[in-house]
Amino acid sequence: MIKIEDVLVVGGLLFAIGLYVALSRRNAVGILMGVELMLNSVNLNLIGFAKLTEAPRPIDGQVFAIFVITVAAAEAAVALALAVSVYRYRQSIDVDKLDLLKW
Amino acid sequence: MTGIDDTAVVIAFWVMAVVTIGSALMVATVHDLIHAVLFLILSFVGIAGLYITLSADFVAMVQILIYAGAISVLMLFSILLTPRSARDNAGVSYSAPIASVAILVAVVLIYAGLSTDWAYASNGFTSTAREIGNALLDPYALPFEVASVLLVVAMVGAIVLVRPTHEAGGTPLGEGEQF
Repeated sequence: MIKIEDVLVVGGLLFAIGLYVALSRRNAVGILMGVELMLNSVNLNLIGFAKLTEAPRPIDGQVFAIFVITVAAAEAAVALALAVSVYRYRQSIDVDKLDLLKW
Repeated sequence: MTGIDDTAVVIAFWVMAVVTIGSALMVATVHDLIHAVLFLILSFVGIAGLYITLSADFVAMVQILIYAGAISVLMLFSILLTPRSARDNAGVSYSAPIASVAILVAVVLIYAGLSTDWAYASNGFTSTAREIGNALLDPYALPFEVASVLLVVAMVGAIVLVRPTHEAGGTPLGEGEQF
């Protein structure tokens, strides 16, 4: 039987993997991949709550997930445009070398 | 009824969970960034499968269209448009501390999920697309409209960011800008 705890365990593991990817990559696109994994794990939890817990209007969890997907799409478009734009000036998107704002 | 009892659905859930977690681990460990994106697509498809087992068919289709379709292609384009940057994740600094932080976060999240007394239910959705449509147009009409504004702003912002400027020695749009 699938209970909400099973969904939360999968979501928690996925979030931790996404966190590791986002913190350990040097390439800006790699960092974005970790962020997308984390957003997906949150969506998984929302869908699980919509299905497996009591709620006055259970469909709300799925609507929230759709809004998260919308915002993630906008974020990915702007972030990847920033990466391409930075690459044009610096010939690199290695975030360790992008220290122009560092004192 | 406190959960999903159907044996086939339970098996599908755990198979999809293993596919999702396994390909996410491959994203974290594989060396080539292109391969990482391909495993990320597999992970997104696995998550869509998990959505279907949780009876969220419409969100699963949206997931495949937007994540596995659009965002992954966008990432591949960004990697291919930045050819001289490092594509491997070799020489990751602070790998062990980051891994321990991630494991700590996982332990905390899973402990919080397992120790909470949830109000169990098994909600049956008859037609999620119709219910989501009704929810988007009645209680969530304002966020729905704001989301459209957000998408327009993001689209215009992305165009402005990658548009070549005269100061950078580029040419206006439509004259064959060299990437």
